[in-house]
Amino acid sequence: MPRLVSHPDEVKIVSRRFGMGATKIDRYLELGGYQAVKKCLAQSPEWVIEEMKASGLRGRGGAGFSAGMKWSFVPKQSAKPKYILVNGDESEPGTCKDHLIFLHDPHSVIEGTIIAGLAVGARMGFIYLRGEYRYLLEIMERAVADAYDRGFLGQNIFGSGIEFQIITQTGAGAYEVGEESALMESLEGKRGVPRIKPPFPAVVGLYGGPTVINNAETIATVPHVIAMGGAAYAAIGTPRNGGTRLFGISGHVERPGVYELPMGYNLKKMIYDVAGGIRGGRKLKAVVPGGSSTPVLLPEEIDIGMDFDQVGKAGSMLGSGGVVVIDDQTCIVEFALRTISFYAHESCGWCIPCREGTDWLKKSLTRFHAGFGNANDIDNMQYLAENMLGRTFCPLGDAAAMPTIAFVKKFRKEFEDHLNGKPCAFAREGVPQLTVV
Amino acid sequence: MSPKNKSSESLSVFSPKLAKRFDALVQKYPAKRSALIPMLLYAQDEVGYLSDAVVAEVARRIGITELEVRNVATYYSMLRFKPAGKFNIQVCTNISCMLRGAYDVYERFQEELGVGPKGISTDGLFSLEEVECIGACCWAPAIQVNYDFHDELKPDLVPGILSGYRGRAKAKAKGKTSDA
Repeated sequence: MPRLVSHPDEVKIVSRRFGMGATKIDRYLELGGYQAVKKCLAQSPEWVIEEMKASGLRGRGGAGFSAGMKWSFVPKQSAKPKYILVNGDESEPGTCKDHLIFLHDPHSVIEGTIIAGLAVGARMGFIYLRGEYRYLLEIMERAVADAYDRGFLGQNIFGSGIEFQIITQTGAGAYEVGEESALMESLEGKRGVPRIKPPFPAVVGLYGGPTVINNAETIATVPHVIAMGGAAYAAIGTPRNGGTRLFGISGHVERPGVYELPMGYNLKKMIYDVAGGIRGGRKLKAVVPGGSSTPVLLPEEIDIGMDFDQVGKAGSMLGSGGVVVIDDQTCIVEFALRTISFYAHESCGWCIPCREGTDWLKKSLTRFHAGFGNANDIDNMQYLAENMLGRTFCPLGDAAAMPTIAFVKKFRKEFEDHLNGKPCAFAREGVPQLTVV
Repeated sequence: MSPKNKSSESLSVFSPKLAKRFDALVQKYPAKRSALIPMLLYAQDEVGYLSDAVVAEVARRIGITELEVRNVATYYSMLRFKPAGKFNIQVCTNISCMLRGAYDVYERFQEELGVGPKGISTDGLFSLEEVECIGACCWAPAIQVNYDFHDELKPDLVPGILSGYRGRAKAKAKGKTSDA
């Protein structure tokens, strides 16, 4: 069972029901659940969208797009049915926040989905969980069944005369499916290959109908935004970055865990205070601030507020909020290799710059880490990665290229130290080191 | 597709319970084909892997060709066309787990089981594979045995995990014989 953590600086909104038995529908109701959706039923869809816009809630999946704006793009009239699609394919290395939401507060996801449906005029929502999350899918399915039993879902939700259905769905192992158009393909029973955009999902999405796709954390936040009011939610964060965020701090810290902190919370403080500093009294070497696809930051670059704009200004991205902390006993070449191996494994193979680029980067880094690199490889890796940027239909190519560029640029010396068959300074015991014959 | 697939014989590919579940599943979505990936995964859970018979039966139930089923199934990393052990051990070695010793855990599993990557133990009880991020980064290093998570692992915890599953298999085998 994943360990729950706590820190006095936390502002618990999305996580306020964690560990309180809210998987049970009666407990969820006791804790104020399904009040927000009732509030929305008494208001107009326009009101809901305005509250969402006012909240400054930006997509928690990684792109950081305003949720209210996204909802407002859905056409009012549509010949085809509209859909809500909740993205619980959580697969970005370093990210495990949705795991806790599904585990502890499944009804908040259901309630948020219904509210999104009311706002855009959809009558059906899908909650898609990655295949590995089977035990969480079972929790979600139980919660959906309970909501049907109470009349919160179905032909006539809360006696309002409005219909809303929810279908849960399992994936079967694919990072790429976390990309919104690939997610729709997967839900339609196909390979998770992205679609060309435009048209955007808000216009032509699932089964060709207008579709709102939101991350599970975004959706779970919606009822809280409605309950407290958009302006009150916005007031918690920094300008243009409303509210709180579930930050998953992992790697070499004393107290890893998922902490809910206000947007804009200082990264240095997050590592040293909230997560208890670097494990074993070691020194900090680098931080990946928002999941493995975000460019690495150096210790002197982490005195920044964790919101989309400030992390962007520091040359990286807030991404999925997965903070991976790396200590000074770690080989960055190995870390880069492990990162790029992942993207090479997950590339769907459609766009050549991504398919070939990730594979070449993996080969170069493998060779490098084994001590067979040559000096040209360093520049070549950077050149290759820079030429992947922006040349693929979905962001996976960028997700592989961006961190690679940062590793090479910021740790060039460490790459050079691997040249000429020199053994890696951080070789782990028991792992055979290749030597130049 | 052979005409045989249309006979009642094909129903025995899945248990009556699963067959019933599939009947409901194809009705559940606005388009039948949306049931494909869940069906493949649930079929694999029961049969152990996507055998030719499973592929044929799923194709028939969805109303697409076997080639289309394979085309989709090969995309997803959890779907397999070969049997695995009764308990499939998936060791995450991605960054967060790696930083906290996932490779040591992975090596310990290899030693204890006497198998390499993608290997199956001689008793057929365990298979072992290295997998990408399983979404347990803050509780690293983490593994999944079939769908069960085990987190905050150390190499020394490996023998205990294995004996736990061995015990489970034994209890199940015993239960079966006493039933008979």
